[in-house]
Amino acid sequence: MLTGITFPTDAATPVTGTPVERLEDARLLTGTGCFVDDLTRPDLLHAVVLRSSMAHGRIVAIDASAALELDGVVAVFTAADVASDGAVPLIPIRLAPFPESQAFRQPVIAVDTVRYVGEPVALVVATSRAIAEDALELIELDIDALEAVASTDAALAAEGDGVLFPGTGSNLVLRYTAQMGDADTAFANAPYVRTERFSTQRHSAVPMETRGLLAEWDAEHGHLFLSGAAKVPYFNRRALAEALGLGMDEIDLLEQDVGGGFGVRGEYYPEDFLVCFAARRLGRPVKWIEDRREHFMATNHSREIACELSIACARDGTILALAGRLDADMGAYIRTNGGVVPAKAGQFLPGPYRIRDIHVDVSIVVTNKTPVGTYRGPGRFEANFFRERLIDMAAADLGLDPNVMRAHNLITAADMPWDAGKLVPYEAETSFDTGDYPVTLTRCLEEIGWEKNKHLQGTVIDGLYHGIGVACFVESGGAGPRENARITLETDGTLTVAVGSSSVGQGIETAHAQIAADALGLPLGKVRVLHGSTTLLHEGFGTYHSRAVIMGGSAILDAATNLKEHLVAAAAKRLGLPNTRLVVENGGVGSGDRFISLAELATDGPFSANGTFANTTRTYSYGAHACHVAVNPQTGAVKILDFVAVEDVGRAINPLIVHGQAIGAIVQGLGGVFLDHLVYDSEGQLLNASLADYLLPTATDFPNVRAVTLELHPSPTNPLGAKGAGEGGIVAVAGATANAVAAALAPLGVTITDLPLTPPRLWQLISDARAAAEPEH
Amino acid sequence: MDEIDITLTVNGTAHILSVSPRTTLADALRQGLGLTGTHVGCEHGVCGACTVIVDGAAMRSCLMLAAQAERHAITTVEGLGRPEALGPLQAAFRKHHALQCGFCTPGFLTTLHALLTEEPDADAERIREVVSGNLCRCTGYVAIIEAALEARAAYGHQEAEAC
Ligand code: FES
Ligand code: FES
Repeated sequence: MLTGITFPTDAATPVTGTPVERLEDARLLTGTGCFVDDLTRPDLLHAVVLRSSMAHGRIVAIDASAALELDGVVAVFTAADVASDGAVPLIPIRLAPFPESQAFRQPVIAVDTVRYVGEPVALVVATSRAIAEDALELIELDIDALEAVASTDAALAAEGDGVLFPGTGSNLVLRYTAQMGDADTAFANAPYVRTERFSTQRHSAVPMETRGLLAEWDAEHGHLFLSGAAKVPYFNRRALAEALGLGMDEIDLLEQDVGGGFGVRGEYYPEDFLVCFAARRLGRPVKWIEDRREHFMATNHSREIACELSIACARDGTILALAGRLDADMGAYIRTNGGVVPAKAGQFLPGPYRIRDIHVDVSIVVTNKTPVGTYRGPGRFEANFFRERLIDMAAADLGLDPNVMRAHNLITAADMPWDAGKLVPYEAETSFDTGDYPVTLTRCLEEIGWEKNKHLQGTVIDGLYHGIGVACFVESGGAGPRENARITLETDGTLTVAVGSSSVGQGIETAHAQIAADALGLPLGKVRVLHGSTTLLHEGFGTYHSRAVIMGGSAILDAATNLKEHLVAAAAKRLGLPNTRLVVENGGVGSGDRFISLAELATDGPFSANGTFANTTRTYSYGAHACHVAVNPQTGAVKILDFVAVEDVGRAINPLIVHGQAIGAIVQGLGGVFLDHLVYDSEGQLLNASLADYLLPTATDFPNVRAVTLELHPSPTNPLGAKGAGEGGIVAVAGATANAVAAALAPLGVTITDLPLTPPRLWQLISDARAAAEPEH
Repeated sequence: MDEIDITLTVNGTAHILSVSPRTTLADALRQGLGLTGTHVGCEHGVCGACTVIVDGAAMRSCLMLAAQAERHAITTVEGLGRPEALGPLQAAFRKHHALQCGFCTPGFLTTLHALLTEEPDADAERIREVVSGNLCRCTGYVAIIEAALEARAAYGHQEAEAC
């Protein structure tokens, strides 16, 4: 039946760029979502991991006989069992693959040596988790202690037994220099130079859902299924296929709802292999759910970097050069993220400023602590804190308003594209795409009321010291090389979108559905987005580096373009018109008064088309954060009176989601400034592996946070014009907040150079400064 | 360990199930009854994801044995609405984008439902104080408070008269 134009029922008003409510919410709000631990299977077995309680040692014996006698225990696997299939596989490096890192990769289960508290030594499999946990207690594990190194200083000084990988001769994985211009000469000729040491503390993402996996081996077809995937399922499939000796077509990773990622979840971890190994060995489904205690010692840590930073300036505040040394504590092994955390800290040291002469030395060091990976804004959060603190210090020395100094040095629209050089050894040269960086600073200063409030710096009101701090940032997004998608117009007139991106709870189902709905002119309610699972597409790249909208969204656009060609061809047949006269619009295909709705056309379907978006250039969002604090000098407690983040994201597909990302990121960042801290003793024991001891922000901690999202300068790197939007909210939090606290306490002579700013630590700094100020007797 | 038979009344329906005496209420709901909306984030009473309502009070189901819940009326997130018929708190959460990954969400909804049932006039400060026992890593809490304030109307909150 042909319809004669005018008001096609499926026509929809565009939804891209509008704050539509999320499609995933109805299920998540009613307990009808499906997270990995919600899955169950007939004949299911449960695995728990025996972990090293020693930071460094030689495994002398593992006696599991008593555990195996316990009713319900099915198997206990150690490195010896894994080795019976060949060499114990190593965790491959996915990012920042410095060749020197290869010798520091982690075996999927400890072989002879343990190198951090929490390293897997054995896997116990039983008919219930409780029984498996009981059995854990019955395993006798005998480890001879070796010297443990729990800091980069100790690691670099260590010899003999204190060297984690004796074959390498040293705990220094590598040291490299990245530079642009001629920093040495610039420093030698500069009228003003200042050098300071800074550090950021070890902490991590701590998503509310711990990791979890369910592996099933289909013996009849020789096929392995692993549920609980996130972030990078296709990479993990390749890694698992290699480790298990399976073909890529013999293994699939399946994604469920995911309770937060923030970088740590979904990487290829030892347990991914062990659970699959056990399921195949035993021919039964095996589930492993990480408990919170092991999460703290097993899932990637991040952020532990020490920095010595020098700035050279002209008297008017022009930044002439920057030179830094970064020492990164990587924990015991180089896992999938390679050297990306320190490398990005090095790259983003100069930040959004017009600095031409840069010299950065980066040292990557192993210690007997949990291995490090990426956590939201990896390296950027740290580098921003180091640089923005130093800018405030330099401005004070030079007698300048720090924000006038910032504005004076920020990259402007006239400088774009800005050649950001090659500060990452394993990456090509890069340039900042678009933007007018002073605009976001100006807006941020307006929001925080800088001009009217700056007289408050260091003043005492009701016993509290007030301070306002600002920090500017630039943040990359949209990692390549490509992403894939397929769109299908089903016979019932709905659209199914399959995409290689993954969800980690950030709302991509909605954002991707918005893009697809508009591309085909259909209402949002007709679109279903499937993502993450390797069963959907031949290849995908997942979700990291703020790439899901930029790469996945653009791949969806490409698939839509290709699908439209099919639809035009089909409509041409139906309407008896040449293809060239037809266009897809308003929920149908037509020309003049001849029109067929997609719903109608779909009955000839389904119609399906693939799309790909390939791109290796990055997007660069940018902005500024400002913070107003009041510090209690008696207790060291800091109250955030106001915090505002301004970011230009190029284009927001869903402003509601972008705003939520920004607010969530700010509060996570404030946790990183004041609360989050993975504390180790000198023996490499993790002292606070519980949510009662490791503090996270709660609803009463930081109520006054705001975010302003701007869409001023779209990125030319992708057809959506989008830039990353999930990480900018965290990048400058430490810089702005620490500057505010430093400004508040400046009259007392307190200098802020190290995180976290816990009350006891601030109290100590205040007392020390007061004692130093007392005249000697 | 020998199993024991218990009767649990959940969302208005009585269920008989056999559990080992050490089974927590959270595990009994999730594994015994398939009510997987109740989430487990820490198993030691800190994160609040496992919160359910027991005789009107918000309780941590990871800290309670299933056997202790006999003869009590339990409400889980599944009892607060359905996907096609969201309850007022759920609808307000969706409108205000008070959830991202949704893992913590059932615990916030049950905690807030218990609060607003008792105190429909709770102000922002009171709401913040009560949910400060629940952790969320995604939202930064701002939208959760906004959603709760809006949902109060459905629990009988009267807007103060403007003068
Ligand atoms: S699981 Fe019960 S409070 Fe965290
Ligand atoms: S929405 Fe993800 S933890 Fe709260």
